[in-house]
Amino acid sequence: MSDITSNLRNQVMWNRLISVVEEQAITLVRTAFSTSVREAGDLSAGIFDQQGRMIAQAVTGTPGHVNTMAAAVGYFIEDIGLDRIAEGDVYLTNDPWKATGHLHDITVVTPVFHNGNLIGYFACTAHVVDIGGRGYGPDGAEVYEEGLLIPIMRFIDRGSRNEDLVTIIRNNVREADQVIGDIHSLAACNETGRRRLIAMLNEFGLVDLESLAEFVFDRTNTATRNHLATLPHGTYTNTMQVDGYNDTITLAITLTVTDEGIHGDFTGTSPKNSHGVNVPLGYSKAYMTYALLCALAPGMPNNAASLAPFTVSAPKGCIVNAEHPDPVSVRHVIGHFITDLTLGAIAPALPDIVPAEGSGALWNFQVSARAAAGHDLPPVEILMFNSGGTGARPSLDGLSATAFPSGVRTMSVEATEQVGPMVIWRKELRPGSGGAGKYRGGLGQVIELGPTDGYEFQFSAMFDRVENPARGRMGGHDGAAGSATLDDGTPFAAKGKQLVPEGHRLTLQLPGGGGFGDPADRSDHDVQRDVDQGYVS
Amino acid sequence: MRLGVDVGGTFTDVVLDLEGHASTADTSAANAAKIQDGIVSVKVLTTHDAPERGILDGVRTVIKRAGVSLADVDTVIHGTTLATNALIERTGAHTAFVTTAGFRDVIETRTESRFEQYDLNIVLPAPLIERRQRYVLAERMGADGSVLLSFDEAAARELIATIGEGDYVALAVGFLHSYRNPDHERRFRDLVTEMLPDLAVSISSEVSPQMREFERFNTVCANAFVQPVMSTYLHNLRDQLIEAGATCPVYMIHSGGGLMSLESAARFPVRLVESGPAGGAIFAADIAARYGLDRVLSYDMGGTTAKICLIEGHTPRTAKTFEVARTYRFKKGSGMPISIPVIEMIEIGAGGGSIAGVDDLGQIRVGPRSAGSEPGPAAYQLGGTEPTVTDADLILGRLSADTFGAETIDLSADVARTAVASKVGTALGIDADSAAIGVSEVVDENMSNAARVHAVENGKDVSRFTMIAFGGAAPLHAGRICNKLGIDELIVPPGAGVGSAIGFLRAPFAYEAVRSYYAATHDFDHVAVNQLLDELAHEAESFVREGTDEEPEIERWTYMRYAGQGWEIPVQLPDGDFDTTSHELLAMRFEKAYSEFFGRPIDGLAIEAVSWAVRVASPRPPVELVARIEHDQGVATSPGNATHTRPIHDAATGSIVEAAVVERDSLQIGQLIAGPAVVVESQTTTLIASDQSMVVQPDGCLLIKVHALEVPAPQSIGDAS
Repeated sequence: MSDITSNLRNQVMWNRLISVVEEQAITLVRTAFSTSVREAGDLSAGIFDQQGRMIAQAVTGTPGHVNTMAAAVGYFIEDIGLDRIAEGDVYLTNDPWKATGHLHDITVVTPVFHNGNLIGYFACTAHVVDIGGRGYGPDGAEVYEEGLLIPIMRFIDRGSRNEDLVTIIRNNVREADQVIGDIHSLAACNETGRRRLIAMLNEFGLVDLESLAEFVFDRTNTATRNHLATLPHGTYTNTMQVDGYNDTITLAITLTVTDEGIHGDFTGTSPKNSHGVNVPLGYSKAYMTYALLCALAPGMPNNAASLAPFTVSAPKGCIVNAEHPDPVSVRHVIGHFITDLTLGAIAPALPDIVPAEGSGALWNFQVSARAAAGHDLPPVEILMFNSGGTGARPSLDGLSATAFPSGVRTMSVEATEQVGPMVIWRKELRPGSGGAGKYRGGLGQVIELGPTDGYEFQFSAMFDRVENPARGRMGGHDGAAGSATLDDGTPFAAKGKQLVPEGHRLTLQLPGGGGFGDPADRSDHDVQRDVDQGYVS
Repeated sequence: MRLGVDVGGTFTDVVLDLEGHASTADTSAANAAKIQDGIVSVKVLTTHDAPERGILDGVRTVIKRAGVSLADVDTVIHGTTLATNALIERTGAHTAFVTTAGFRDVIETRTESRFEQYDLNIVLPAPLIERRQRYVLAERMGADGSVLLSFDEAAARELIATIGEGDYVALAVGFLHSYRNPDHERRFRDLVTEMLPDLAVSISSEVSPQMREFERFNTVCANAFVQPVMSTYLHNLRDQLIEAGATCPVYMIHSGGGLMSLESAARFPVRLVESGPAGGAIFAADIAARYGLDRVLSYDMGGTTAKICLIEGHTPRTAKTFEVARTYRFKKGSGMPISIPVIEMIEIGAGGGSIAGVDDLGQIRVGPRSAGSEPGPAAYQLGGTEPTVTDADLILGRLSADTFGAETIDLSADVARTAVASKVGTALGIDADSAAIGVSEVVDENMSNAARVHAVENGKDVSRFTMIAFGGAAPLHAGRICNKLGIDELIVPPGAGVGSAIGFLRAPFAYEAVRSYYAATHDFDHVAVNQLLDELAHEAESFVREGTDEEPEIERWTYMRYAGQGWEIPVQLPDGDFDTTSHELLAMRFEKAYSEFFGRPIDGLAIEAVSWAVRVASPRPPVELVARIEHDQGVATSPGNATHTRPIHDAATGSIVEAAVVERDSLQIGQLIAGPAVVVESQTTTLIASDQSMVVQPDGCLLIKVHALEVPAPQSIGDAS
């Protein structure tokens, strides 16, 4: 009976911890200024044990934070020094290699003391509005140009705020009020977690988290390894080409499956790039792990034990193994393709699970609206998130205009037009763009937009799958490639800063997902439906 | 006297408030209806093929029971899940949708996201109106309401002619930025009315003039989709009531918790979605007012779901948009958005019928899958084999086979035990009793966590609230949930089994008009805002005037945020017109509200208002405060001196204890009960744990004191600047 009771208590407390980290995450979403935090769920929140092992993490829209934040707390303990961690302290960093992959993400860690003893940590991460440097974009040649790097240090020292640090940040970022405000939100959300945790320990009469952490890790470890065992031992490889920034990039992975777990090696992948599309290895690992969990163990909670079976390696100087001071600002563009790369490797072993390739990287863009010559109008920044189609599944069509692997949501056209001098003339499905197959790839979309009178757009493009469309699987056809064109016939490149002049419109054709299986096997019903609904052109 | 009718998925509840009329009641036990506190109520099965039949049966029963005539009834108030069901089951009319060229797929591409991150086989909800039934017209309003592309009447006529060949029964129209300038929508509607007079037309600027095209378009499509079926149903119901002898008007309860006329409901049936749960919140708000409680958490747990609502100042919290017809484990984002004023509540898949099992982490999971009423929990012996929350409650002695609510159902503890043992116990290597404890504890923890997260989302500390529990399963679980939430006071009102229908009787004539209009406080056009608020007040008042001659109360609100944020918080506006200095007052009120949510305002940022709302309601009748009876009077009924006892599992001590069993009908005002005890009645059972005590209030409410756990004080995290 006592064993039963302790199991039940542990289960209840585990659920409680997951609820606590959800509360943390919600508080952040509600207060954040950064568009990508509230629209894309670009944030994380988690609780860690004494040794810095993650016990629970909120489910948010950002697979990229899964591994990276989990590993971060270990670096905090190492850099601050265990003997120098005090009650009332709060630490932070935005080091891309010790936290979540680029300077725009600030990670805040709060140690938790109970009856005078250090029992664990809360950590959370959010993408802030600005971090100085050149502003958000791939144009920096080194991380120094991408903004202010804050090494792991105290934000609050035994209850007193580190005013020197706040002054430095305030003088080095645009929108300082919002950035400082967001850092306070991060600290406050950890504080919410701390109070809930202490209340829970009192309710259950615990002195620390150790036995609960062991319970969580033990249960998760067993279940995760059972799931992974469905993938036969051996090696699995895949290569994939994506457009990259200036040259086609080859991504390569070799997965080795053993009793120990799954190791991914990126040998064969292109070398690093001169622009900020390089990916720190921790972030690369996150999207590989995400792919494997989706395919093999969906529903596993994210914690140290569910992440433990996954390891990675990559050659020095490779684009998915960026090192300081490589530029990494938009590491997500290549990072997102690692999911398709990984899924493609295990597809032969899991033919009923793995989908075809999809559009992958989001077609996000930032528009700097500026007064056209002869007008006196204020500058406005507009950020938009848009998605192409996902790959067809082994028994289902792909999803049209839906983000994968990212969890981003799009923004309302009406809300976007309220914020900035933009008219979006068209945003609808792109018929015929889904790769044909027994199951059809998801459709991309067509977006047509232009500045309102008196404005022109400085347009920062970072679009992929223009040269390299999503590949079909098992005889399915490729999805349609993407394109960007100006209405006056001027060429518009998929990459880099360009101008949309006053009175002109830009048309974006977003890529579709690949098809799955031979198109000849598609059911008559589905073929007829595609025609009736105008999903094919 | 007022008659309330609540048509739910399983039962139709009919309640009659005698309002002091003498009743020549027939008190024979054989009669299915019961009288309590001047209210006669009956529960009959919902007749899904023609809900008005069940309603008429129930109405005849209560009328007979009360010994009055239907002609004596002054008002009939009706709420129904029919509109919600039509959306869930997609059984509405053959409907076309016309939108701005370039935006044909807005209701299909939704938010371009997946509501479940790890499911590769995720299926997104299908659009309410399929693609081939969606048409486009070249026209365009700008964000400021200016015309970017003018309305082409010839093209419109051509399009309407095409639609005329499509056999459509209903038509929805949604153009971009029509909340700002409805001119094109109205002109299109007028042409349709001229050319296709039989087609029922809904336009988005009337149904839901709120910014954000996906939500608004989906809302107008939903309105058009359910309009023909709802209109037919409502008119049939009215005719049959008249035929049965009714001479009074029929009013409908809407999702915002107010009453509207049957004619308005037939035009805007989307306003009826979620009206049943709204009745429950009004029921709780009425009790909150009678007890003078400023902070109340209403907790309604039925067979399939639990609903939780925050009620402050005796007014349920409202929102301007919500989600219905969730398709995936009640998960946020898996349903469809409806942008209309609504009483805000969270609904989770935790009810008496929620099914328990063990996942591959060796953890007990409960819900959201439900055994419903058919086949129902295993203990019902109606073919269900999966263990449910009700089965666990029965095993733990909290429910008794003898006194269970539905008289037609035989409960078997043995069958419950077998189901719980085989589907939960075996997987964990424990016996049925231990497994039942686990199931109960897990479902309580789920509901507590949902309540806590909901409170946090609204910037509230739930431990400072009083809980009011109703619905068949709630009083069994409420005490334990209070415990987990740190709530120290719980009220279980009489009539809890028909709470929503009683709530209908307490609802005011009320209507909320909402419209989006962007206004920054640093660039505030007070003339335009005054005009907007006047228009909204006029619109809302015209609905309320359909039901009352009394001078209505008017509340005005705006939804504000710091420029750059994506989530607005409601701010109440002062009475009277705005002038050139009003923006300062608005900014001040916003900062105060923001601080309540998030602890502190942020200096140096621009503030903007996004939407505006005017709520008009008939005045609330003065409330008679209940003379509360506190605990420390008299001798308590306890297991030691009770006439009947039975063994129950007590969560406070974690052991099986002998509990007093008390019939609710036998309770005297002021009577004390010391836990462990169960108070049994026909529609529910109230559980009082060993560390809790209860006293019967003058209005029949059970007031339970719960041992609350402490929540530590916050630590300083430095000052914001």
